[in-house]
Amino acid sequence: MELCDLTAHEITEIIRSKQASAVEVLQSCLKRIAAVDGKPGSLDSAAESEEDRKKVHAFISVLEEDALQDAQKVDRMIQNGEDPGLLAGVPFSAKDVYCVEGTYTTAASKILANFKSPYTATTIQRLKEKGAILVGKVNLDEFTYGSSNESSAFKPIPRNPWNTAYVTGGSSGGSAASVAAGEVPLSLGTDTAGSIRQPAAFCGTVGCKPTYGRVSRYGIVAFASSLDCPGPLSRDVRDAALMLQAIAGADRYDSTAASLPVPNYLAALEDGVRGKRIGLSTDYFQISYPDPESGELLQKPVPDEILAAVQHAADILRDAGAEIIENVPMPNTRYAIPAFFVISRVEAASNLHRYDGVKYGYRGGKPGDDLLSMYRKTRNEGFGMQPKLRVLMGMYVSGAQYAEQYYNRALKVRAMIRRDFERIFDHKGSYRLDALLTPTTTTPAFQIGAMGGDSVLMQYADQFTVSANHAGIPGISLPAGFSNGLPIGIQLLGPDFSEASLLQIGRAFEKGSAAEPWRTMKPEVLK
Amino acid sequence: MTEYEVVIGLETHIQLNTTSKIFCSCKADSWDDEPNTNICPICSGLPGTLPVLNKAVVEKGVLLAKAMQAQIRMLSFFDRKNYFYPDLPKGYQISQYDLSLASGGYMDVPMPEGYIRRVNIHKLHLEEDAGKTKNAGNQRLIDFNRCGVPLIEMVTEPDLRSANEAAQYLIRLRQLLRWLNISEADMEKGHLRCDANVSVRPKGSDQLFTKTEIKNVNSIDNIRNAIEHEAQRQIREVSAGRRIVSWTLDWDEEKNELRKMRSKETEADYRYFRDPDLLPLRLSDQWLGDILCDFPELPLERRARFISQHNLPEYDADILTGERNFSDFFEAALGAYGGDPKKVSNYLINDILRMLNEKGLTANQLKITPAYLAQILKMVDDGKINTSTGKSLLDKVETSGESPESIVEREGLGLVSDDSAIRAVAEKIVASHPKEVETYRSGKETLIGWFTGQVMREMRGKADPQLATRILLELLKK
Repeated sequence: MELCDLTAHEITEIIRSKQASAVEVLQSCLKRIAAVDGKPGSLDSAAESEEDRKKVHAFISVLEEDALQDAQKVDRMIQNGEDPGLLAGVPFSAKDVYCVEGTYTTAASKILANFKSPYTATTIQRLKEKGAILVGKVNLDEFTYGSSNESSAFKPIPRNPWNTAYVTGGSSGGSAASVAAGEVPLSLGTDTAGSIRQPAAFCGTVGCKPTYGRVSRYGIVAFASSLDCPGPLSRDVRDAALMLQAIAGADRYDSTAASLPVPNYLAALEDGVRGKRIGLSTDYFQISYPDPESGELLQKPVPDEILAAVQHAADILRDAGAEIIENVPMPNTRYAIPAFFVISRVEAASNLHRYDGVKYGYRGGKPGDDLLSMYRKTRNEGFGMQPKLRVLMGMYVSGAQYAEQYYNRALKVRAMIRRDFERIFDHKGSYRLDALLTPTTTTPAFQIGAMGGDSVLMQYADQFTVSANHAGIPGISLPAGFSNGLPIGIQLLGPDFSEASLLQIGRAFEKGSAAEPWRTMKPEVLK
Repeated sequence: MTEYEVVIGLETHIQLNTTSKIFCSCKADSWDDEPNTNICPICSGLPGTLPVLNKAVVEKGVLLAKAMQAQIRMLSFFDRKNYFYPDLPKGYQISQYDLSLASGGYMDVPMPEGYIRRVNIHKLHLEEDAGKTKNAGNQRLIDFNRCGVPLIEMVTEPDLRSANEAAQYLIRLRQLLRWLNISEADMEKGHLRCDANVSVRPKGSDQLFTKTEIKNVNSIDNIRNAIEHEAQRQIREVSAGRRIVSWTLDWDEEKNELRKMRSKETEADYRYFRDPDLLPLRLSDQWLGDILCDFPELPLERRARFISQHNLPEYDADILTGERNFSDFFEAALGAYGGDPKKVSNYLINDILRMLNEKGLTANQLKITPAYLAQILKMVDDGKINTSTGKSLLDKVETSGESPESIVEREGLGLVSDDSAIRAVAEKIVASHPKEVETYRSGKETLIGWFTGQVMREMRGKADPQLATRILLELLKK
C-alpha cells in the first residue's frame, strides 16, 4: 500500500499528525500517474500502441508545478501549527470542464483545446481554500456528451483500470479512472444524466450527484444547465462526504445555488440505518430500449448479477436495521431517457452557441473569410460528432414549429418523473421512503467500441441515473461487487437535500459488506 | 383623391441608469471607456460563467411598469433568445419573452393641438444589451463593453397617427424616464433608442397594411423627420398603385434620407426557452411595496394639477413639470411662499431656469433654496424690497449661499419706509420743481408718477414707492 492508495480522510490524518508531508503524498500520486496513466490525452491522433492499450489515460493535463507549490504551502502551515483546512494536503483531479485560472480547460473538445481560463470555478476555489491539491485535469466525453469517454477529442481515451479493454463510463470517465487507479483519492466530476454515478459504478468507486443547486455550477463548462450537478468521486463514502462538505453551499456567482445551510455530512455518517425506510422498485429492474425497427420502447429484465447485487445490498441494509419496502411504483422511469434527449439537447445547443470562433478557442478558415464561412468552418472543424448531433437535434426540437410537440412535452414528462419521487418520499404518503435503492447501471462496463458509435443506445446507459437529474434529487452510486472482474454499482436516491441521509445509508452498506472478499480486489493496472 | 392616414408603432430600448450591469458587477455605463475595458468573464460570455440578476434593474422595471399603468406580474421569467452575431458573446441574449415583468399599459399623451392620444403598450420587458460592431474596411471590430447593460424594451401598439404624435410620445417618455430616475434617456448616447414601424392606409380604414421599420435614429427631431419622409414615400407608392414592401430602413442623418438596409425575409426563429441559469423572478408583496412606497406624482398628472389647482397657463404648467427637481422646487417654493402661484412661476421660468441652464445644474443643486426664493417673494410683496432688487438678489444668494434677508440687511438694500426720510426728499423735489408742481396743480395729475420717480431716483430705488406717492400727494395738495 502506497500513500496514493490511501483515502482522503486517511491522508489528512497522516499529514496533520506529520507522519507524511503533503509533498510526499503528492509525489506518491505523481509516481502512480507516471506508472499507470501513460500518454496524456491530446489532439494528436496517432494510432494507439499495444502499450497505450494497457494504460489508464485519465489525464489531459498534470499540473505538477502548481500542485507542488500548493503542497509545500500546506506543509508550511502544518509546520507553523496552522490549520490548512478540511482537506489538508489531499490531492484531487478535476474533470476538464472546471475552469482554473491560468490553465487549459478543454472540455475534451478541439474547439476549446487552446482555451486558458482567466478565472477559477467556485468549487475548485473552495477545495483549494480547504487545503486540497489540484493535481490535474482529467478526460471526459467531448463537452460531457456521452457515457463512455469514447467521444473525447483528446486521445488516447481513458480506459477502465479493472480491464483496459473496457470503457470507464462517462462522461466523468477520467475522474472515475483516476480515483480507481490510485492516481488521486478524490475527483470532481459533473453529472447531467448519470455522468458521475455511471463511471463510478463502472470503475468501482463512490460517486455522488448532489441535489441540484447544492453545489455551485459557476466555472463549469455547461452541458444542460437545468440538469448539471458538480459532485465528488471517491474511494469510500466518508471521502465523498468530505469533498461534498468542502464544495457545497450558496454562491453569489450562481443564483441557482441553494441558500439552504449546509449540514455536517460527517456528523451522522456512522449512525447506521435503524428505522430508515428504503424502497425497491421493479421499474428499476427493467431495461428500456428503443426497438431499432419500430422505434417503440421495449423492455427486458436487467442481468441477473445486477439484480443480485441490489438484492444483496437490500439484505445487508435490512440486517443493519433498515426497513425494506418492495414494489415501489416508479411508472415514469421508462420515459426519462426520451425526455432527457429533448431537454438536454435544447439546452446544449444553446450553451454551444458561444463557441463561434470570435472570442476564444478554435477559429476555422482564414483572415478575410466572410463571417458566415468563419462560423461554419469553426464549428464544423472544432466540434466532434456528439456536439454536432446535439446542436442539430436541440435546434430542431426547440424551433417555433416543434417546441410544443417536443420540448414542452418533454418538460411535462419531467414534471411527472419528479412527481413519482415526491410521492414515494412524502412523509405523509403511503411509502414514506428515506431512499430508493436501485442498480446504478443496466450492465457493467462494456468493451471499448461495443456501441459502435450508436449515440441513442449509448444514451440508454443512463436510464437508471437520469431520473434524479430530471427531478433534481440527490443520488449516490456505491461499489457493490463484481461481474466477470468488472465492478457493479448500486444507487441510492433520496429526497431533495437528503445527502447526509444517503451518505449515512451508503456508509452502513459499506460497513455491512466490508468483510466480503471482493472488497480486497485490486484493479488490473495495479497488478 | 384618397386621403391617407399614417399608422405608427414605436419600439424603444431604454438603457437603465443602474450602477452595475444586469448580470455582473461591471459598471453599467461605458460611455467614456476604451473598447473592451469594462468587461468581465460573465458579460463577455466565457465558458462556465453564470448570470446573477441585479435587483436594481427589476426595481426600475417595476417603476416604469407602474408609471405606464401596466399590470405587474408577481412571477415572471427570463428566456434565452438564440441567435449568432459576433457582438453577442453567449450566442443568445437573456431577455423576457411570454411572461415578462409587465403586461398591458398605456400613456395618455397630450398633444400641442389640445387633444390627448392614448398610446397602448404592447410589451414591456427586461433584457441585456449586446456589444457593438464596427466595420473598418474588411475588418469587424467588436466592443463588448455594452454587453450586459440593462435595458427595458417597450413596444407600443400601432396607435400613433403622425410623425408629430410619435415625437410627442418620445418627449413624454423621455420626461418620464428622467422623472423616475430610470434612465438618463439621452438619445444621442443611445440611452433611449427608438425604431419606428410605419404604414399608411386610407383614412377611415381600421386595417393594418404592410409596414416598414426605421432603425438607427438618434434624436427625436430625426425620428419625426424620418417618419415624415417614409409616410410621404409610402403615400406616393400607394397612390401610384405600387405595393409597400416590408423593408428595414436606415436613417441617414447627413443626407436627411432613408436608406434601405434589407428586405425582411421570414420571421427569424429565436428558439426561445426559459434560461435555466436564472430562477423565476418572484416579486414579493414586501419588495413591491418597498419599490413603490414613494412612487411620485407623474409629470403629466402634475401638469394637469398645476393647471386646475394653481390656475397656471398650460405653457407654465408644461415648463414647471419638465424636470422633476425643477418641479419640486416650484412646489416647495410655492408652499413656503403661500401667495400667487403665477408669481412663483414667473421667477422660476424667467430667472431660475436661466440660472440652471447657465450653470448646467439641476434645481436641487442650487444654493438658492425654495425657502430663500419664498423669502424674496414675500419681501417684495411686503414692500421691503422692490422687484428689481428681488431679481438681483437671486444671483447674490446663489453666489454666497446666504439668506436673502441677511443680504438685504447687510447691503442695506431694503426700501426706506421711514416717513420723515422720504418726506425730506419729497419736499426737496417739490421745492426744486416749481414748473412741474404748477402743471400738476393745474390738473395733470398723472404727473404724480414722475414725482415718485424723482424721489426713487434720489433715494437710489430704496424708498417704498407707495409711501413716497402718498407723501407727494399730500405735499402737492397744498
